[in-house]
Amino acid sequence: MDWFAFLFFIEVTIGGLLSGVMYALVAIGFVLIYKTSGVLNFAQGAMVLFAALTFVSLTEQGLPFLAALAITAAVMALLGLTIERAVLRPLANRSPMTLFMATLGLAYVIEGAAQLIWGTAVHRLDLGISNEPFILGGIFISTFDLIAALIAGVMVAALTAFFRFTRTGLAFRAVADDQFAALAVGLRLDRIWAAVWTAAGVVALVAGLLWGARLGVQFALSLVVLKALPVLVLGGFDSVLGAIVAGLLIGATEKLAEVYIGPVFGGGIEGWFAYAVALIVLLVRPTGLFGQKLVERY
Amino acid sequence: MSIFKRLAPALLAATILAGGVTTVHADDQHFPLQSYRVGPYAAGGTGFFGGFIDYLNLINTRDGGVNGVKLTWSEGETEYEVEKGVEVYQRLKTNPGIAAWNPLSVGIAYAMLDGITADKVPLITINHGRTDTTDGRVFPYAFPLLLNPYSETSGIVNYIAAKEGGLEALKGKKIAVLYHGSPYGKETIPIYELLAEKYGFSLVQIEVPHPGSEQQSQWLQIRQERPDYVVLRGWGVMNPVALSTAQRNGFPVDHIIGNVWSNSEEDVTPAGDAAIGYTAITTQASGKEYPVLQEIIKTVYGAGQGNLADQARIGSVYHNLGIVNGILNVEAVRIAQGKFGNRTLTGDEVRWGFEHLQLTPERVKELGAENLFHSINVTYDNHEGEGYVTFQQWDGQKWNVVSDWIAPDWALLRPIIEKSSEAYAAEKGLTLRTEADAENVSQ
Repeated sequence: MDWFAFLFFIEVTIGGLLSGVMYALVAIGFVLIYKTSGVLNFAQGAMVLFAALTFVSLTEQGLPFLAALAITAAVMALLGLTIERAVLRPLANRSPMTLFMATLGLAYVIEGAAQLIWGTAVHRLDLGISNEPFILGGIFISTFDLIAALIAGVMVAALTAFFRFTRTGLAFRAVADDQFAALAVGLRLDRIWAAVWTAAGVVALVAGLLWGARLGVQFALSLVVLKALPVLVLGGFDSVLGAIVAGLLIGATEKLAEVYIGPVFGGGIEGWFAYAVALIVLLVRPTGLFGQKLVERY
Repeated sequence: MSIFKRLAPALLAATILAGGVTTVHADDQHFPLQSYRVGPYAAGGTGFFGGFIDYLNLINTRDGGVNGVKLTWSEGETEYEVEKGVEVYQRLKTNPGIAAWNPLSVGIAYAMLDGITADKVPLITINHGRTDTTDGRVFPYAFPLLLNPYSETSGIVNYIAAKEGGLEALKGKKIAVLYHGSPYGKETIPIYELLAEKYGFSLVQIEVPHPGSEQQSQWLQIRQERPDYVVLRGWGVMNPVALSTAQRNGFPVDHIIGNVWSNSEEDVTPAGDAAIGYTAITTQASGKEYPVLQEIIKTVYGAGQGNLADQARIGSVYHNLGIVNGILNVEAVRIAQGKFGNRTLTGDEVRWGFEHLQLTPERVKELGAENLFHSINVTYDNHEGEGYVTFQQWDGQKWNVVSDWIAPDWALLRPIIEKSSEAYAAEKGLTLRTEADAENVSQ
């Protein structure tokens, strides 16, 4: 491999790692819900769309950035609370498949509501982050992706600290470990779930802003979940750290595969390659790289 | 904007889902519309179908219909999904006096092809559709009006050649085509290969998997290939992502040429300054300075009957495409009436009208559309109609026309199209229609 080919390899890898952080950003929303309630929230993508559309519509109506951010965060918290109260609480103790189907239906309702309230136009979302690359040793690195990675890193650190060092975080973990034991020691399950859905709404807002600035705020935002699913399978559905590590692995792997293996297949393989990797991991390690192993007695 | 205005498009969609928009009478000429006003492609759907309806409304309001025959329409929501499009086709085909179908979807058009052929009703796929449906000898009811994908490719290559100083100057140049990973995106692979061979430029074609929200690896490949131009054959979210990823990878935007489905405001606005200087092909100019647009604003929107909820979109690319589509449909009906009488026509009679849809630049001017589009010359065996193309450049606020009207190389393309259509005819056991066959019309 000559020097330029090596530089190119590094560039592809870095680009993939940074893209992977963006995938992880969406995956974290899934993890939060799954970790505490065992529900695979398929509506996470729709929540990302709803958050970004609400934010950009408010700013277009003249609201300052911070005010729009605060209002959207409040709206997302309210949405999370409403979902917990109106959909999940009545379905408590139902099978995981029932809950999954409920979130699938919820995804369509939220997507429809987003277009009903804010319209179908495509919006530009400018967060003030430069899209121009900077060049380091002959390698182009995206400023935007780097800042997005920093934001994701801060969010992961905050969530990790929250789970480890706060009473509410400990309660979350207790519920995640054993709901019945948590109930037995007096933890209020409904409150914890409400808090978790609120947190997932806020995570959706962060993901919506960063992905919205990348893609434009449009319906396709709800499809970013397709990028998060292999990350979840690889990292484990209940590990925030797993989401980040798997995001990095998936991002780098799919980019390297597209560039170096793709031409053999005529290109366009990264869409399914990440799923192929996830499938192999699923066969070898069903709970993912960082997922909690379940020991159940039948 | 008030919440009621925000809700208006959705309420309109709900009304449409609940039933039709206009009352259908047996003595009217009817247009069933498989529109998409919600879902991922709603921005394009509302613009196109809004423009189409605005023009039909203009003809009814200003002229009392086409020679006294009122134009009606009914809408069914497809969300751009093929199965829903087919369901809407089955539901609306029972309406009397259907003139033509205009689904604005390759997938839905493919799925309807056998049905509309049996029904003997024209299927209009303006600026898109299967390239070989251009051959009316094999596909009597399909009309890829103005521009098929091969003509588009030829127009783009001719434009690049003009920028470089002529077709000879293409020798030694490199063009990368970034295409959507779908049958639509792949449609032009062979014609780019053929033109590369003919004109001596080297070619690399790179697929972007649907929906195209992530393109880092493709643009890294482009950087490695160092092409002189990138042709963007995108759709939906793929387009702004391509432009912003190009900027992130240092590729000059003024060397990216968009195809006809990468040329709208929705394709460039989300990319912000990364799109400034981007050029794209079009068959119809944007803007509202054309007399027909002014009449629509005055007569239709002035009476509160405009179809676009957001009037800022009047004159946008999709809205103007809808208006041009309206002009072509209405003129086909008018031409057919000239032969069959001023009454409600059958689908086959309207097919005859489309096969005689010859609008010279002078006639286009009379219709108030001078410079909005150039001309069309449809015949029984050429269902595209030799549409001219032009190129527009985005300045951050609006599109500006940067070329004359350019003719694709139809003579070069025709044998390739015939080879494909004749293979289809042989496979299906079809006999090639003659001009005399085309004159036989079902009443």
